[in-house]
Amino acid sequence: MADDKIRVSRRDILRGAGAAAILGTALPASAKEAAAKAPAGLTRHGPGAVPVSIGLNGKAAKVMVEPRVTLLDALRDRLDLTGAKRICDRGACGGCTVWVNGKTVNSCTMLAIDAAGADVRTVEGLAQNGKLHAVQAAFVEHDALQCGFCTSGMVMSCAALLKNNPKPTLDEIKAGIAGNLCRCGTYGHIFNAVQEASR
Amino acid sequence: MSDLKLGFPGNEKNENFETPDNVAPPWDATTKFSVMGKPHPRLEAEDKVTGRAKYSYDIRFPDLIYAKMLRSPHASARVKSIDISKAKALPGVLYSEARQGLTVRYAGQGVAGIAAETEEILDDALALIEVEYEVLPCAVTVEDAMAPGAPQVLNGPNVGGRPGRGKERVDAVHKDADIVVEAEYRTQVQTHSCFETHGCVCKFDDDGSLTVWASTQSTFFTKTAIARAARVRPENVTVITEHMGGGFGSKFGADDWDRFCVLAARATKRPCRYLLDRRAEHLIAGNRPDSIQKCRFSANKNGTLMGAWVESWGTAGVGRGAGVQNPTIYRFRAAGSEQKDVRTHAGRGRAFRAPRHPQGVFALEGMIDEVAFALGMDPLALRQKNDAHPVRSAQWPVGQKAIGWRKTPRGNGAVKIGYGCAGSRWGHNARPGDAVRCRIGKDGSVLFANGSQDLGTGTRTLIAILGAEELGVPLSFVDVRLGHTTDPYGHASGGSVTAPSIAPVVKQAAWLAKRELLEHIAKKIGGDPKKMELTDGDVLGGKKKITFKQACALLPVDSIDVTGDSRNVFRVPRFSREVAGVQFARVAVDTETGLVKVQKIVSVQDCGQIVNELTVRSQMLGGVIQGLSYALFENRLLDRNTGDMVNADLLNYKIAGARDMPEIETIPFNVAQGGTTAGVSSLGEPATVPTAGAIANAVSHAIDARVRSLPITPDKVLAALGAL
Ligand code: FES
Ligand code: FES
Repeated sequence: MADDKIRVSRRDILRGAGAAAILGTALPASAKEAAAKAPAGLTRHGPGAVPVSIGLNGKAAKVMVEPRVTLLDALRDRLDLTGAKRICDRGACGGCTVWVNGKTVNSCTMLAIDAAGADVRTVEGLAQNGKLHAVQAAFVEHDALQCGFCTSGMVMSCAALLKNNPKPTLDEIKAGIAGNLCRCGTYGHIFNAVQEASR
Repeated sequence: MSDLKLGFPGNEKNENFETPDNVAPPWDATTKFSVMGKPHPRLEAEDKVTGRAKYSYDIRFPDLIYAKMLRSPHASARVKSIDISKAKALPGVLYSEARQGLTVRYAGQGVAGIAAETEEILDDALALIEVEYEVLPCAVTVEDAMAPGAPQVLNGPNVGGRPGRGKERVDAVHKDADIVVEAEYRTQVQTHSCFETHGCVCKFDDDGSLTVWASTQSTFFTKTAIARAARVRPENVTVITEHMGGGFGSKFGADDWDRFCVLAARATKRPCRYLLDRRAEHLIAGNRPDSIQKCRFSANKNGTLMGAWVESWGTAGVGRGAGVQNPTIYRFRAAGSEQKDVRTHAGRGRAFRAPRHPQGVFALEGMIDEVAFALGMDPLALRQKNDAHPVRSAQWPVGQKAIGWRKTPRGNGAVKIGYGCAGSRWGHNARPGDAVRCRIGKDGSVLFANGSQDLGTGTRTLIAILGAEELGVPLSFVDVRLGHTTDPYGHASGGSVTAPSIAPVVKQAAWLAKRELLEHIAKKIGGDPKKMELTDGDVLGGKKKITFKQACALLPVDSIDVTGDSRNVFRVPRFSREVAGVQFARVAVDTETGLVKVQKIVSVQDCGQIVNELTVRSQMLGGVIQGLSYALFENRLLDRNTGDMVNADLLNYKIAGARDMPEIETIPFNVAQGGTTAGVSSLGEPATVPTAGAIANAVSHAIDARVRSLPITPDKVLAALGAL
């Protein structure tokens, strides 16, 4: 069993998620045959890499990926945007949070091909014209980070929270980042930072 | 002879001390700081909030390849055969290894390895490896491994450990005491769960030299270990750790997977990356051993603690090191322990933020409460009566006030509110051996360089602050390079040694550079260099006043480049022998559901001489939150039959999240500590020690029944209430 293969792997979940697509991967031959016989009305992607175009931090980007590749892996390994992190690989930690069409998404749970045509914003694209977003500036000021490995995801979740709710209460802040974990224990300083950024 | 004033307001003492000519004068309680002790955002903060910071996990090359190992699902087995041929035939597979004949001793042990062009090919290849195992019986709990006829985990007996000494004396003291209390406490296995998993990226250059980007707490240990694994001379290896995503004691040196990574890189002549996945991180990359602690404590009616004897058992899996720090902290007439270290078929335990302490203190502080209740005494008063530490004695009342301590629990109806407290002790742990380079450029640039690493504790910023303070320039003038083994030696970051050890060396480097600068400048502007000083970016005491930048421009050389080392900077009197801390908790317990909600934690922590108030608070906050997570949630669950971990992810292995957060009040306690010329103390580890004990005591206070097992889950609360 591989590190990743014990029990249900992330990719198994994605395969079984019922996306209206058949994914061509290096699966055993029988599975490939099944994939080739895609029922009418369904689009067949792959096998092998397929082109995916997305709007990335305000610019058009194109990438060739196998249909099974997650948005996170496409960003990190093919588009050189390593801000988003793969921490849990299961939608449990929020370390891979990006915005897709303005909404926060755990990019480890979304296929890159499902982001085709979407507007994707990563932490690298949050600062505008060299000026930090208010949340980023407040994170710096309040030391809302230690090792910083969860920080990209935290920043994206907090910035989204303020977009939807410019004056959140402490409980609303906690709820807003309930999907983001931090191992170093920075939560208290994150709360301070978000409160500051909302002023 | 000059005087050194040490301590804190209300408890100061003078020590005679003469500073040698070649040593920076020590800081003490009378020093007026301009940069130190204030809150400063960390130097790399902007890189971290913009995603620019490159962790080892983020290092990329166009020709990067990926490595991963196939891991045993069995805890105890013999590998009968491995067929790796199908995997090797897969296009894009570049390197492989099969460990034929391996004896598996814990789930997750590496059986075979692959390196491939992409992570997708890697997954496909691993799925094509066929392994035949002969599954053998396993024992994954202390009880199972100690049972008659238990399978032997390694050569030698499963049970090891230190024989206890002094039990007769403790027994005799117990006999004389007014009351004796006995109880058994248990703690669970906690995994480090570093968010950046263990591993590295290895890259050989054409000349055979090797660069390793490692997620490590010791760049220099890693350098030696990787050089040995790759059979490269250490001088041809550079280890780089610019940023790393948490270690907590689990990341020293190179591991099995790092060796596989470097061998793959060498064989393929391609840069190779191997960072563990989350499941492997849980299984094989370290954990805090569990414990069973049978305690027998005694006291006299007047509140004098008499005897304490602890017999403990614990497992660090196939490793050793499952002891507990219990009894400790308080003055007993006689105390001792016998600690058994039991091997099981599970991943090796590793040092985890204050190894032995949180589990020991949880049991110790529970026992102190039990003694207090048996005596009808306020548990806080009992502690104060038996605590001789000068700093902790001053901290108890501070915490008491901040939490609003109450002898009787509050709450009517189902939800009860209780209060608890616990203490900690730690070593100052300043160790000689570090060296720091200071370079002042003609252009006014200042750089401090050291080859050790910043785990997220704020070391880089700490160095900048210390350097700026001693140099007498604003913090913004100073740059720091950390995490390149081409720079001077720095210790492994374990035992909270980094700050106390490097601080006086930074100070020394800055002082040497400053003296050299002033000597050059005295020649240019006139004046006695011994009487000149640099303060707030100005050169004072010369024939005319000039700024630091003007002074640098006058340098007759391109730069001043000096290296400070640890000679002589450690021979300074010290205020107190140990680092002291106390924490208080207020919790609400729902007696119908058993749910515990921590409402508030107060942490009062001896920080020695505070360097950066902001990162000090972050360390204290992190310590409390990890302690809370340990107290209420974290628990590695192994299947007793198969030995496999059933919650090896971050969904079912629960760590504290935002909604679990109480109000946390951090009260840094500044002590002019001495001990080195900088007087900086250890902080990272002691900050997490008392939390679980304080929370557990608050829970027991609230429900008037004791939960003696971590984590404190609702079922245990209900069981203690007799409702289950
Ligand atoms: S890595 Fe995507 S949620 Fe954890
Ligand atoms: S800062 Fe380290 S995980 Fe959040």
